[in-house]
Amino acid sequence: MRKVAIVGAGLTRFVRRALETPKELSFEATSTALDSCGLRLEDIDCVAHGSAPDAFDGIHQKGEYLADGSGGWNKPTMRVFVGGATGVHAVVHGWHHVASGLFDTCLVVCEEKMSSAMPHAQGFFLTIFDSITERALHPNLLWIFALEMNRYMERYGYTKEDMALVAVNNKMNGLKHPSSQFTEAVTVEDVINSEVMAYPVSRLDVSPVSDGAAALVLAAEPVARRLTDKPVWIEGVGWTLDTAYWATRDLAYPRYLDKAARMAYEMAGIREPHRQIDIAEPYDPFDYKALHHMEGLQLAPRGKTVELLRDGHFSRDGNMPMCPSGGLLGVGNPIAAAGTMKVAELFWQLRGEAGERQVPGSPRLGVAQAWGDLMQVSSVVVTGI
Amino acid sequence: MEDKLQVSGGTGLSEKDIRSGKIFLTDDSLDCTYAWDTGVAINRYLAELKNGRIIAKECPECNRIMLPPRLFCELCFRPSGSWVYVKDTGTVNTFSVCHVHWDASRIKEGEKPHLPAVIEIDGASPGTGIMHLLGEVEPEKIKIGMRVKAVWKPEEERTGSITDIKYFKPL
Repeated sequence: MRKVAIVGAGLTRFVRRALETPKELSFEATSTALDSCGLRLEDIDCVAHGSAPDAFDGIHQKGEYLADGSGGWNKPTMRVFVGGATGVHAVVHGWHHVASGLFDTCLVVCEEKMSSAMPHAQGFFLTIFDSITERALHPNLLWIFALEMNRYMERYGYTKEDMALVAVNNKMNGLKHPSSQFTEAVTVEDVINSEVMAYPVSRLDVSPVSDGAAALVLAAEPVARRLTDKPVWIEGVGWTLDTAYWATRDLAYPRYLDKAARMAYEMAGIREPHRQIDIAEPYDPFDYKALHHMEGLQLAPRGKTVELLRDGHFSRDGNMPMCPSGGLLGVGNPIAAAGTMKVAELFWQLRGEAGERQVPGSPRLGVAQAWGDLMQVSSVVVTGI
Repeated sequence: MEDKLQVSGGTGLSEKDIRSGKIFLTDDSLDCTYAWDTGVAINRYLAELKNGRIIAKECPECNRIMLPPRLFCELCFRPSGSWVYVKDTGTVNTFSVCHVHWDASRIKEGEKPHLPAVIEIDGASPGTGIMHLLGEVEPEKIKIGMRVKAVWKPEEERTGSITDIKYFKPL
């Protein structure tokens, strides 16, 4: 397999409701990513595209519709979709294209426009539940997160306040991100006192609904070295799908992520991730999920994660900065684009280009992860400089 | 300066922009209807629910008692074996008290919150839960580990559905 580097990145602003169409959002992020490394679309060999269910946009075969905006016209273009994990998985998918030797350059483009779905995009997640044994109970998407969060907190004796600390940390980080849809910090009291949606989930425990797009440019080693003196290498990738019988799994520990992370670390030659990884971008659609995922990523011992959080271990200037971008809680959550935004953050952080968000100490190794489907899939990318 | 190069587009709209007619919208809706076949294993599961009983299936390889019953064990990837009746009692593995509907609208004043739970059914392998609802219980009294029992619809109202069990109530 060939070495693959990230050489360019671009984002749109993440907003509650965007004027731009999905195609226009994709164009903005893609052209920004190309500009950032001085390439033109004609220099790109293939496109790895990711976007969530067609039902969000009400456009069937949305990948084909988006091809114009993602630069995919007249090129080998392929769309992946693994729920919330799509944004990181699309990077894995693009890595395959280049690592295999088939292509020298690849655009990774992820887009989501959630505001079109009326009255609320959440309604379109109903059909992920088992059509016969679960949907008859009229579930809504929040149930599974609430059920998992409650089980996780119960296992280790974590409190609502503990979880709120994650929201405070990530939202604070996100205020420094130019794509963020937020302008104000929140306090632990704000989170705890926010409206209860599905106990233990309150409104500020949850990331927002967003529109946005993100793009990366990947290149094979010789091309990457010609384009930039600071390529960010994709050192390892991993992904795992667990059973859809989610109610028979241990909800307190993300087994699917454990396996995906070990796969990525092995490829990257990492034996002690909690010592070797400098920055982490765990997937954080809900505050508890960031901690749940830090454990699955082997970056914190099970049941000790809150202690580390309270000790400042996960702060921007801590030993293991968690979501320095602000994550989904602090920047926004246009589903597929949010995962790619996390890999873009690693790119900027490792190059020392993260501006106000820069993690001190010249980080050299980072990990980004996303999660989705019926709480059963995780994709992991390890990057290094 | 760097940020300007890295971020472009994503023009936020407000409700005001839309109400004032500054932005044009087009609306459309989809109406999708499906009739799902229940499958080999779930068909029997539903038939037994109609009889007021919960049935599971055993894997001859790993001896798991699987609920909902499956034609094959996904762990051993072998056809499952005998049918096994399990009890209609169990333990709450986790629960929620939900104040929103499927479309994120809030429940109305006086409307009771929904009480979804994962319930580990007695007789199935440990950790084997199903999603269902809790009832006849004050939300603040629900605890993980609480023992519960199925409350069935009257026989004549059962249709062969998971909703033939109305909910689970504390034992």
